[in-house]
Amino acid sequence: MIEISQVCKRFDKFVALYDISLSIERGRVTGIIGPNGSGKSTLIKSILGLVTPSTGTITVNGYLLDGSAEYRQWIGYMPQIARFPQDLKGHEVLAMVKHLRPSPPLLEKKLIDLFGLEHELPKRIRALSGGNRQKLSAVMGCMYDPELLILDEPTAGLDPLSSTRLKEYIVSLKTRERTVLIATHIMSDLEELADDVVLLLDGKVRFAGSVRDLKMQTGEPRLEAAVARLLERSAA
Amino acid sequence: MKHVWQIGLFSIRDVSRNRWGLLYTAFFAAVTIGLFQFQVHGEKVAISLIGLCLVLIPLVSVLFGTMYFYNSREFIELILTQPVGRRTVYLGMYLGLATALVIGFVIGVGLPFVIAGWGDSAQLISLGLLLVIGSFLTLIFLALAFLLATSFDDRGKGLAGSLAVWLFTALLYDGLVLLAATTFSDYPLETPLLVLSLANPIDLARVTLLVQSDMAALMGYTGAVFNRFFGTSMGLSVAFGSLLLWTATPLALGLWRFRRKDF
Repeated sequence: MIEISQVCKRFDKFVALYDISLSIERGRVTGIIGPNGSGKSTLIKSILGLVTPSTGTITVNGYLLDGSAEYRQWIGYMPQIARFPQDLKGHEVLAMVKHLRPSPPLLEKKLIDLFGLEHELPKRIRALSGGNRQKLSAVMGCMYDPELLILDEPTAGLDPLSSTRLKEYIVSLKTRERTVLIATHIMSDLEELADDVVLLLDGKVRFAGSVRDLKMQTGEPRLEAAVARLLERSAA
Repeated sequence: MKHVWQIGLFSIRDVSRNRWGLLYTAFFAAVTIGLFQFQVHGEKVAISLIGLCLVLIPLVSVLFGTMYFYNSREFIELILTQPVGRRTVYLGMYLGLATALVIGFVIGVGLPFVIAGWGDSAQLISLGLLLVIGSFLTLIFLALAFLLATSFDDRGKGLAGSLAVWLFTALLYDGLVLLAATTFSDYPLETPLLVLSLANPIDLARVTLLVQSDMAALMGYTGAVFNRFFGTSMGLSVAFGSLLLWTATPLALGLWRFRRKDF
């Protein structure tokens, strides 16, 4: 689904991504993990076209990223913190996105019901709680049933019920050959969801492979401990 | 192009509910209505409004534009993750905000005139010119605001920059020109002054507005020279050409930067 080849990104003096080559497989949930400042956001933003790599190439669904926008019709994105214009209403924000996409949002109704948002949509964004904004953002990211769903800390700020529903929804995507990319610090979430993990450290890929391989390699039965072991080895 | 207007309409709706946007319109309306209490002649009211417009429109456009851009930053990011190009998003936001501010200004000033009665053609011409030039100032300083906001990631620097732009064009520039004029008063300065007035959009707007009114007579010899130049259709074309150039240049530069920007 995504081919990343020798991608480097420099911001002035600081190198955010250093020679990243990765292959994200279709129909799987891949967790992107790493300490703060390890390059997770820069990597995600490069795939979304928000950041242009200094060198290297990225291909999404066979489409080589060249600055044009069409390929993003296959992508749904839920940012870490969703900020919408304060004076607009929830359904107006959704309408905005609908105006920008050629096809109708097949899952809109279903997702609004899933998160119990219907009574929140007529309110102004200003009046919505942080969790409800996050749910709105989840609806926005998922409602087109995109081939590639990119989630940045999706469960942060969600109540347990919504968080569980979102995770169940993500699991259900696998049966329909959807690809999901999750950046998170919450290892228990990934334990439930992820097939593969990519561990970034100082802008480099420290590990990329299946969760099972990672556990075997480190001899740890739990993902959190396995990742901690890898980080310890890197520090040593 | 369709998407440019979608985003534009979205921004217009957002600003029209913003309390600062509403205050802007209300302020122009209050001042215009106030002036009508002292002046029966609409033409005189329009002339009295020139000074206020030349100061307030650039200030509000450049500050509000910069702030709006910074406040919308995360939302711009979100829109950019949709299948729309950067040019579309930038122009859509610019056109939306410009339309909202222009409508706010035109309603604020225009509505009291309509209520006071349309008046004679002299009044219509001076009002029309004021509205057109005021709209141009909105477009120009909004384009500068967007250029500043795309150039500085730091909001503090961007806002300081927009204040500096306003201070320079609205206040400092005139002082410097005056200083130059007194220093070189032994030389014929009409042509250099003419060029200098084209180099600052606020001066350009002021000269264009004043020359069309009878006030030009009060500006002395230089006023006569200006009148001879800007009073002709050629001069007016040059003035509007320069205003257009003042709009297009920062807009194009800002768009160029926006398309290469990392979010």
